[in-house]
Amino acid sequence: METFKLLIVILLSSVLVDNYVLSRFLGICPFLGVSKKLDQATGMGVAVTVVMLIATAVTWPIQYLVLNPLKLGYLQNIAFILVIATLVQILEVILKKFSPSLYKGLGVYLPLITTNCAVLGVTINNIIDGYNFLESMVSSLGCGIGFLFAMVLFSGLRSRIDDSHIPTPFRGLAVTLIAASFISLAFMGFGGIVENIFA
Amino acid sequence: MEILIAFLVMFAVAVVAGILLLVISHFFAVPENPQKQIIRECLPGINCGACGYKGCDDYAAALAEGGVKPSLCIPGAQSVADRISDILGIEPEPIKDVVAFVACNGYCEANPPKATYEGVKTCYAASMIYGGAHSCRFGCLGYGDCATACPSKAICMVDGIAHVDTARCIGCGLCAKTCPKHIISMLPQETLTAVMCSNKQKGADARKACKNACIGCKKCEKVCPNGAISVVDNLAVVDYTKCTNCETCIKECPTGCLKSVFFPDIPENCEFEDLVD
Repeated sequence: METFKLLIVILLSSVLVDNYVLSRFLGICPFLGVSKKLDQATGMGVAVTVVMLIATAVTWPIQYLVLNPLKLGYLQNIAFILVIATLVQILEVILKKFSPSLYKGLGVYLPLITTNCAVLGVTINNIIDGYNFLESMVSSLGCGIGFLFAMVLFSGLRSRIDDSHIPTPFRGLAVTLIAASFISLAFMGFGGIVENIFA
Repeated sequence: MEILIAFLVMFAVAVVAGILLLVISHFFAVPENPQKQIIRECLPGINCGACGYKGCDDYAAALAEGGVKPSLCIPGAQSVADRISDILGIEPEPIKDVVAFVACNGYCEANPPKATYEGVKTCYAASMIYGGAHSCRFGCLGYGDCATACPSKAICMVDGIAHVDTARCIGCGLCAKTCPKHIISMLPQETLTAVMCSNKQKGADARKACKNACIGCKKCEKVCPNGAISVVDNLAVVDYTKCTNCETCIKECPTGCLKSVFFPDIPENCEFEDLVD
C-alpha cells in the first residue's frame, strides 16, 4: 500500500508540480513549435510520452548495471544521448514497418524527439532522484502525460489568441511567450498540493 | 587505465547501438517505390494541395502506387502531366487550364455597408457576424482572405473587391476553398462571358442590396442563341460547354452584371506584392 501511495504521488507530482515544460522549462522548442493545432500537439505529446517510457526502460539499467559498477557515472550524459538517439531511430524503423498509419501521423515529430531535452532530462532526473526501476517508469509516464497536458492546454490557448486582436508589436512569438509564462505561473499554484494529498 | 575503460565502455555502447540499428533497419526495411522519387522531381514542389493530396510528396507516392490520374497537378499543367505519364508509361491526357474568377461586382459605392464592422480584418471573421457588414450578404467582403491564401500573389483588393491577375493565377483553387462566401470559382481560361454576381435574392431585394446585382430578369436566358444561360434561384448561370462568347447576353443585361470578361481584368491601381522566391 505504501509503495502504491508513493507511486501515485510520483505520478501526480511529475504531471502537475514538476511539469517538465511549465515548471522545469525543458522541451520548450516543441512546446512553442508544434502547439499551433490541437491534433499536432496531441501527436507530439503522445510520441514524447512513448519515447520517455522506452528511454527510461533502457537508460536505468545502463546506469545501474554498466556505468555505476565501473565508476563511470560522469559519462551519463554522453551515454544517455547516444542511447536515446539510437532508440528513437529504431522506434521509427519499426513503426514504419508495422504501423504505417501511426508513422505517418507522428510524421516529423519522431526524429525531432531524438534530441529533445525533456527526454534526456527525465532519464537523468530519475537517476538523480534515486528512484528504483518501477518508480522511474511511473515518473517518466507522469512526465510524458504532463508534457501532453501542457501541449494540449497551450494549443487551445493559441487558437484563442489567433482569433483575437493583438497590438502589432506583440504579434507572433511575443504574445505566445507571454501566454506561455501565464500558464507557467498558473502551474506554480500546484506546488505543495500533491505531497499533502495522503497526509 | 581508467580512461581506457571509459573509452572502451563508450565504444562498446556505440558499437552495440550501431549494430542494433543496422540489423533492425535491415530486417524491417520497407521497400520504397523507386518511381516515387523520379515523379517527385517532376512535380513543382510548392505543396499547394490543389491535387487533393497533402503535398507533392504525398501525390508522388499515390502516383507511384498507381490508379491516380497524372493530370491533377494544376500548377504543373500539361508539361508535368506529360512527363509523369511518360514515367508511368500511360497515355497522357489533356488538361484544361483554369483560372480563378470572383463572381461579385459590388464595388464600394454599389454595395454600401449596412453597419460598421470593427472586428478582426479577415473575411472569415467578418462573415461570422450576420454575414458581414455589406448590404449584399452574398458578395465579396473585401478583406482579402483569398489574397492571403494565394501562393502566387495573383489577387489584389481594389474598391472592396478581389481581382485576379489571370496571367499570374496558377489555377490551384486555394482561394476558392478559402472564400467564406464561396463566390470564387475556377473557370476555363478561354472564358469571355461570366456572371459577376452571386446574389440569390429576388430581383427587388437584390437591387436594393447592390446596384450591380443580378436581378434574375431572365432576359439573357431568352436572348442566348445557344441556350447556354439559365436563371437558377434568381441568378443567371452560364453553361460553359454551350457558350460561344457571342456576347448577345452582355448587350441585353440591364444591370451590367453579365460581363464580357477579357482576362486579365485588372483595374489600373492594382498593386501586386512582389513574388518572393
